[in-house]
Amino acid sequence: MSKPIIATTSLAGCFGCHMAILDIDARILQLIDLVEFNKSPIDDIKTFTKECDIGIIEGGCCNSENIHVLKEFRKHCKILISLGECAIMGGLPALRNGIPVKECLEEAYLNGPTVGRNTERILPNDEELPMILDKVYPCHEIVKIDYYLPGCPPKADLIWAAVVALVTGDELNIPYELVKFD
Amino acid sequence: MKEKIISIIKAHGTDTARLMDILLRVQAEFGYVSTEAVSIMATMLHISEVDVVQTLSFYHFFTTDAVGKYAVYMNNSLVSCMMGMKEVVDEFEKQAGIKFGSKTPDGLIGLYYTACIGMNDQEPAALINGIVFTELNREKVRNIVADMKAGKSVNDMVAVIGDGINANPLMKSMVKNNIRKSGPVILADYTLGIGIAKALTTDSKSVIKEVKDSNLRGRGGAGFPTGMKWDFCSRETGVHYVLCNADEGEPGTFKDRVLLTERAYMVFEGMTIGGYAIGAAEGILYLRNEYTYMKAYLENVLNDMRTKNFLGNNILGKGFNFDIRIQMGAGAYVCGEESALIESSEGKRGEPRNRPPFPVQKGYKGKPTIVNNVETFCSVVRISEKGASWYNAIGTSESAGTKLLSISGDCKLPGVYEIAWGMSINEMLEMVGAENVQTVQVAGPSGICLPPKQFDRKIALEDLPTGGSMIVIGQHRDLLKDVVLNFMEFFADESCGSCVTCRSFNMILRNAIEKIVDGHGIKKDVENMLAWSEILRKTTRCGLGQTSSNPISTTIKNFRELYDARVKDVDYQSDFDMQKSVLASCEAVGRSSVVHE
Repeated sequence: MSKPIIATTSLAGCFGCHMAILDIDARILQLIDLVEFNKSPIDDIKTFTKECDIGIIEGGCCNSENIHVLKEFRKHCKILISLGECAIMGGLPALRNGIPVKECLEEAYLNGPTVGRNTERILPNDEELPMILDKVYPCHEIVKIDYYLPGCPPKADLIWAAVVALVTGDELNIPYELVKFD
Repeated sequence: MKEKIISIIKAHGTDTARLMDILLRVQAEFGYVSTEAVSIMATMLHISEVDVVQTLSFYHFFTTDAVGKYAVYMNNSLVSCMMGMKEVVDEFEKQAGIKFGSKTPDGLIGLYYTACIGMNDQEPAALINGIVFTELNREKVRNIVADMKAGKSVNDMVAVIGDGINANPLMKSMVKNNIRKSGPVILADYTLGIGIAKALTTDSKSVIKEVKDSNLRGRGGAGFPTGMKWDFCSRETGVHYVLCNADEGEPGTFKDRVLLTERAYMVFEGMTIGGYAIGAAEGILYLRNEYTYMKAYLENVLNDMRTKNFLGNNILGKGFNFDIRIQMGAGAYVCGEESALIESSEGKRGEPRNRPPFPVQKGYKGKPTIVNNVETFCSVVRISEKGASWYNAIGTSESAGTKLLSISGDCKLPGVYEIAWGMSINEMLEMVGAENVQTVQVAGPSGICLPPKQFDRKIALEDLPTGGSMIVIGQHRDLLKDVVLNFMEFFADESCGSCVTCRSFNMILRNAIEKIVDGHGIKKDVENMLAWSEILRKTTRCGLGQTSSNPISTTIKNFRELYDARVKDVDYQSDFDMQKSVLASCEAVGRSSVVHE
């Protein structure tokens, strides 16, 4: 039997969840025995070249490109996992959700204390750029998500346990410490 | 400005515990509370600015921007919407030339929404600079806005005056009492002083025993035995306080409005009896901000009672000292919860406390305190006058006495009814002239949505408990959209935010019901809502979160078919609309918002 195929992506996240995946350390050698990677920042495959079994999503959706990528993942993956706070609930980027997007853009590009020399007072408007959404959406509001792995970032042991259980079909046993955050 | 604020603070004894009153006066004086005012208060009261801001920001009627010379607060609760609020809103917006939630550029008129203002029997209603305007329609709105533009004072805009005490020169309000049915306890003829005179001839223990024997239970809705509460409190040592909860905020309730209008003396007499029973010298009437129009009259009643020696020192020559002050609220539903009410009376955010200790142990200023409903205190006066066994004989075995109902909605005779406990919903509907009834919302949004097949149930603490709110909803209403969504918006607004589940789940549930109403719901959403309702109920500190999912959970239970008809039987459905969600940002940066999927 061929190995299950995994794809991963980071949407409106900080790549911290992907760092947490790498935190499985030496087990990465076991992982590549277990699975094959397709589209993912880990192997730098940019577009889907195969249908995948598991899609792991970091980050919520803050722009039109995130939506596009997420929908592609749903199309090409049998199982989708929201990995981490941002994918599950929007996370830190969703702090802007109570503020009109126009105000956010003006703060970021015109009025903020760290804005450099934007002498022409331009808000990025190139047609090639992704369009900013009115708010940051958690992934499950855009497509169906099958599993959620909580944490900011989720612990490597949790990711490891979940992926192994999914791939081997064994029962998932998560010690309380892995999902306890206080 | 500075001198004025300093004098306001001094007038309240430079007392941090009176911060609510200080803020109210500043708000009334200047139309808002400026950062400068906050800074002066913090300095003089020896608290941090944040302490002032946390109280300031908690209440609906405190603002940090000018609300307009004429500030319209339109009630957007269920019955107002049912009675035609939309038309009224449309006319206000048209005449003033602005949308609700803003004010005219010249600062003349501000239009805002607010939760139920206790006028459900005469909707649509609004508060304009604290004055009540009822039964609004397009024509009345045109006149009101014309008067505003002509600079008329709001008092002079009140053309027709209501009945009874509403016509008192100190009240001069267009509010109608709409008393439809009087009973033997509360609304029967009342003479000031019989109850308190009788109580003062016995000792305080006997008064508590009489209340206990009467089996009187709290009239706010929870139904806690009043005598037991007083007994617990009286056993504590030190200074005691009596608080009367007149923060009638449950949408659909307005009976306390009528009691404070027509039975103000009786309310205060009941508080005095309570003070005598538990050994208190000070009472506080916590009056909701929406009833500010009654304040001058109520203060006058208190003065009159002092003159007649029913309040003050050595009451009726029996050596008992007791006096009452009025504490105004500032617009927060959660302050109807007794510990939140106490916090608010101390000048703080109206956040419910953890219990124990209970208010009877550590209440106002940390001292033993009884908090009772307006109607409870009125009942006590009659119990003192006529005796426990007389009272006990009225009502049912577990619910003694009578209950005031505030009935509104789709019926011919909305108003206040005093009934003996034990009346069935069917009998009630006949009494108010209601036909083609889809449901009765018993006990307000936090109560239950009752289906017709249960209309034989009894209004009684052992069957259908209620603080008095009864909203009749006709067949022609869209129950999920008109009622459930409206109620969930209310709770999402009114959660104090202290408990995470209450802060989040009320919003999540509101969004979930909206998704279903908009036609994007799936079967799983209904199951989720039930599960989330249960989590919310179990994990919050006070009654708000414990009951706020009731509009959803009781309608899913009793009107499941309405949900099933609206949701799709699919695995997943998103209500996300990319085109809509990119509009604002594309407009802001000036680019095309065409989505290429």
